[in-house]
Amino acid sequence: MLGSVVSLLAVMLTGFFLFRILPGDPVRTMTQGRAVTVEQLAELRRQFGLDKPLPQQFLDYCLGLLRFDLGTSFQYRAPVAELIAERLWPTVLLVGTGTVIAAMLGLWLGTRAAWRRGSVTDRLSTGVALTLWSVPTFWLGLILIVVFAGGLGGVLPHLFPTGGMASPGVTGFLPGVLDVAHHMVLPVTTMVAVVYAQYLLIMRSSLLDEMGGDYLVTARAKGLRDALVLRRHAVPNALLPTVTLIFLNLGGVVAGAILVEAVFSWPGLGMLFYEALRVPDLPLVQGLFIFFSASVIFMNLLADLVYPLLDPRVRT
Amino acid sequence: MNYLEVQDLTVSYRTAAGELPAVRGVDLAVAPGSKVGIAGESGCGKSTVALALLRLLPASARMGGRILLDGEDVLTMRWGRLRAVRWAGASIVFQGAMHSLNAVHRIGDQIAEPILLHENATPAAAARRAGELLEQVGLPARRAAAYPHELSGGQRQRVMIAMALACGPRLIVADEPTTALDVMIQAQILRLIDQLVGEHGISMLMISHDLSVLADTCDRLAVMYAGRVVEEGPADQVFRSARHPYGAALGAAFPTIGDPASRRSPRGLPGDPPDPAAMPAGCAFGPRCPVAEPRCAETDPVLWPAGPDRAAACVRVLSDEQARGAGVPAGGAAPAEQVAAHPEKEGRTP
Repeated sequence: MLGSVVSLLAVMLTGFFLFRILPGDPVRTMTQGRAVTVEQLAELRRQFGLDKPLPQQFLDYCLGLLRFDLGTSFQYRAPVAELIAERLWPTVLLVGTGTVIAAMLGLWLGTRAAWRRGSVTDRLSTGVALTLWSVPTFWLGLILIVVFAGGLGGVLPHLFPTGGMASPGVTGFLPGVLDVAHHMVLPVTTMVAVVYAQYLLIMRSSLLDEMGGDYLVTARAKGLRDALVLRRHAVPNALLPTVTLIFLNLGGVVAGAILVEAVFSWPGLGMLFYEALRVPDLPLVQGLFIFFSASVIFMNLLADLVYPLLDPRVRT
Repeated sequence: MNYLEVQDLTVSYRTAAGELPAVRGVDLAVAPGSKVGIAGESGCGKSTVALALLRLLPASARMGGRILLDGEDVLTMRWGRLRAVRWAGASIVFQGAMHSLNAVHRIGDQIAEPILLHENATPAAAARRAGELLEQVGLPARRAAAYPHELSGGQRQRVMIAMALACGPRLIVADEPTTALDVMIQAQILRLIDQLVGEHGISMLMISHDLSVLADTCDRLAVMYAGRVVEEGPADQVFRSARHPYGAALGAAFPTIGDPASRRSPRGLPGDPPDPAAMPAGCAFGPRCPVAEPRCAETDPVLWPAGPDRAAACVRVLSDEQARGAGVPAGGAAPAEQVAAHPEKEGRTP
């Protein structure tokens, strides 16, 4: 708990100073290519509070954070907090779905692989997972777009949209939901394919560690079927190390899969971050930086709180 | 008829280095209501025998011989029948209850699990029975809600015993049940096992490296060395006057309390048991034997009658008995009869 607070403070400090020591004048970037007078530049500086001395800026920044005020975006001329709130849900939807599917698929395949260690199933599924894990996300995304959205130059029908989150002109609740789901298929597939390997490998090695456990001999001696020994005794113990991993990844959910969102033009936080970096829109980058870090810290804290519910040994 | 009868049991493990023999022809018999002990150093195959009884060895193990449990051969049983026999026909008290209990399940659920599996009981009835079993082993029934790590080592072993009694088995295999415990708790647990086994008329096979523990608890005793039984007989006789030099060394390894002589010269056995990948020629115990003779490197002795109701696998015992012209004693023990019935086994050389 205290650790989380310290981490948050460290993030706040880094967030402020990192973006102050970056080279380049933000006001010059904003007015790039346009004829502006010195007075106009000064006015802009005043507007964004960049004319004040550094300690004063830091104080404003800290007070702002307390009110969830992350400053104003140069590019959108809108409060950063508002922009983040607006883009948060698409990301949670996409990356959340992807993470849940990847975790379930990985844990299930990992369990199968460990239970039949060294079998064809084990070698095949572990090999495929590792291959996909090593594939660049954007490349896989582009291939999927070419094949399933582009129709491979007319060979295949256009099964899925190439990007975006919704088609224009779709009205009504159910059609809307189906439309978004239709748009989600390719980005979610890309994400799952690339990340499920880590769940598979962790579950596999964790279960292999448990397989030598004496309590499993006890369970078999009691006359339990192998499937029940696995499900009731080995898996619950082997799942424990993966809980931490899942929560760590959930913390990363809001940071989104920047690459996936960029490839599929998904209007989420990853896309927002990518856009902000291109300008560069310093208040927005800084706000996103703090928000991403805070959510990782928050999920870690949550993992620490949930873990004792699952493992009686760490309860006091 | 014996409830458990093990005939010429062999177990070998397939490894990268080839087949390693762990058990090389063991005969054992446990009569209903009797208590038999198996003693030996780590690695002599005694725990392998225990696990083999219910076919709990890993897939890399290959078994031969026969294990008759109530007349049925465990080694040729179908899976369904084997699962039904496990725990209900014979249960096991494992060593080190910390690891033999599942850390994330409540102990009450772990005791109730075999009851639900074998007896068609309702969950409530199984939970009630688990509570009764806990009371029987001296723990309050409300401890059923505890997790293994919340109990002391002795309490955990009591839970293991309660679990072993859950389905009313006719045989309990106790594999080093007191090894992980301190001496005071050891005595308590042994007394508890002794009392419960006696009350329920259960047969017991107890395995330990501690000959004195076995001599205290058991009626008969078998000493194992390098995968074979080298001495067999009534517990107190084997403990006090072993005929096999290994049995004698094992018995002498425990100091006599209050005897200054044994304190000043502690007796142990130098050396290690042989590597199963490279068994010595002749008697497996030869290289460590304090009284080895040249012929020990040539002859691999088998169990031979060594007095009334006793047997030992040592060429010296064989010649002693022959010198006395005893041959097969009138009241020959089961293993001794077996030796007599298979004279071709005698003196086999690898």
